[in-house]
Amino acid sequence: MSRMQRLLVIVAAIVLLGAFSVGAPAMMNDYLVRVVTVMCVNALLVISMGLANGFTGVFSLGHVGFVAVGAYVSGVLSLTDANKASYLPDLPAWIAAIHLGFLPSTIVAGLVCVVLAFLVGGPLMRLSGHFVSVATLGFLIIVNNVLINSDTYTRGARTFTGVPLETTLPWAMGWLVLGLIVLARIVYSPKGRAWRAVREDTIAAQAIGIDVLPTRLSAFVIGSFFAGVGGSLYGHYLGSFSPHSFYFAYTFSLISMLVIGGMQSLTGAVAGVIVVSLLSEVLRNLERGFDLGIFTVPPVYGGSQIVLGVIFILIMIFRPSGVMGDIELSFGRLAALLHRGRKEMNT
Amino acid sequence: MSLELYIAQQIINAIALGSLYALVAIGLSMIFGILRMTNFAHGDMMMVGAYATLVLQALGLGFGWAVIAGIAFGALAGVIVERVAYRPVRGAPEVTLLLTSLAVTYILENLGILIFTSSGRNFPLPDWMNNAFQLYDGQITFTQINILTVVLTAAALGSLGWFVTKTDVGLGMRAAAEDMGAAHLVGLDVNRLIVVAFAVASGFAGLAGILWAAQAGVVEPTMGFTPLLKAFVGAIIGGFGSIAGALLGGYLLGALEILIVAFLPSSVSPYRDAIVFALLIAFLLFRPNGLLKRSQEIKL
Repeated sequence: MSRMQRLLVIVAAIVLLGAFSVGAPAMMNDYLVRVVTVMCVNALLVISMGLANGFTGVFSLGHVGFVAVGAYVSGVLSLTDANKASYLPDLPAWIAAIHLGFLPSTIVAGLVCVVLAFLVGGPLMRLSGHFVSVATLGFLIIVNNVLINSDTYTRGARTFTGVPLETTLPWAMGWLVLGLIVLARIVYSPKGRAWRAVREDTIAAQAIGIDVLPTRLSAFVIGSFFAGVGGSLYGHYLGSFSPHSFYFAYTFSLISMLVIGGMQSLTGAVAGVIVVSLLSEVLRNLERGFDLGIFTVPPVYGGSQIVLGVIFILIMIFRPSGVMGDIELSFGRLAALLHRGRKEMNT
Repeated sequence: MSLELYIAQQIINAIALGSLYALVAIGLSMIFGILRMTNFAHGDMMMVGAYATLVLQALGLGFGWAVIAGIAFGALAGVIVERVAYRPVRGAPEVTLLLTSLAVTYILENLGILIFTSSGRNFPLPDWMNNAFQLYDGQITFTQINILTVVLTAAALGSLGWFVTKTDVGLGMRAAAEDMGAAHLVGLDVNRLIVVAFAVASGFAGLAGILWAAQAGVVEPTMGFTPLLKAFVGAIIGGFGSIAGALLGGYLLGALEILIVAFLPSSVSPYRDAIVFALLIAFLLFRPNGLLKRSQEIKL
């Protein structure tokens, strides 16, 4: 496939997605639109999480910490003056004076996370294996603890509310497409190869001149930017949230999406989000109990999480690299598949 | 109130809290020592032990027997989890083991919610357990639960010490922790040793869960998670994989938490968890092998 053709396909795909995201609310019911919007936000978070966790092999459990920071930063910045006065009366004047729209506050949230990721990742990216997981888990707990205790900025453990509901499907899908394009460009560039080299064999990577710490840190920082952005999107989707919204339960659900889909490819991450989201929606409806005519299935609350956990373990046992492994679904590969199919038909 | 008595009271509190952390941390460390696995599901054995005790008491079993049965249920749950979830992934990369244990936690906690609902339940205690002792006109207070915690922890630790130094199985466990391949070579049944390790570790967690519930007065499905995380910190401070290290780390962490709450200004003490986990990160960075262990390279 020539360069020109590929460009055309990408442009066509983006136009189609754009038309879909704008037109979808008219065609689908609200419930479906909400599901797809949340899926887009989760997909952005999962692909950015896969950057450090899958491509460089530094399994961070702290991603949701950045999501929380993003949600709160953009939330504080985009509250209306009236809401700020009633919910956060003790806010320092210079912060209270700032009022940003949805897009700027989202970008600021991402940038704050970049700075934080430099500070946190600088030391932590020296660690490997489960030590980095435990340390980043510590980061998540510290973020949660600080959010709960910073009443002035976050209302503490109480619900932070009044965030304008601005995350519509086009916004969520737009950010997701942007994230996918940026990450795909980086992951399949020399930089991305360095990430994977570091994952596969740290010592060999060092031997060919790759500096491990900056390599890992770059993946961590870029991932954190999109974590902050995703946090802002999620915050502006929910409208009200508390520190508890961004803690272990959310961490586990994002991790399960990443692991089930396959954390070594962007396609895998997106596939994981789609599979897990659809599965949880179906299970959540089943878990309320249903009537089979002959007998009634009683509600089993918590059942959907148990099924998800079991699938997670089965994946770990039988296909630890996830459904997709490191295979990317690209236009080139699709074309090659189609081409081969046609050739086989001809012979 | 005199300062000496205040300090004495805080020491009592620190020992009571540290005992619980030590009980959980030792199990974590044993499993890590043998399998190189950070077992997040370890905290849920606390939940299993506490709920088993609760249910058996409700069924009419005496408190003492219910406690023993609760410990046994904790041990059994650990063995089942090892057999069903951990054995198939044994030898996989560290992160796979860690993720598997996270998934097990998720399943167990949701099973707890499914069976017992997510709201906490009162943990009934016999009357004599709630007796409080007051010295110096009530300036030092401790309850029968505190005494029982310390006594049972000491008994558990003593028998563990005897077990790992004097019995064949215990010695085998230490050998497997030192070098699993070599233990296998000299004819030790490694699978059996791992089962024993899980049984002992999870039984300890079950006991810790019962004592935790007794002190808090309630049981809930997610009760194991916070103590588990604290036990992690304790185990790593002491030296992850070492039993003595976990013991030391557990008590040090208990003392530190009490110190933060009792002696630091009230504007700082709500940040207790942040301080504790910052300490964890500091240890991972600067002394990843803990206070007691020296060898073993684990960085980069």
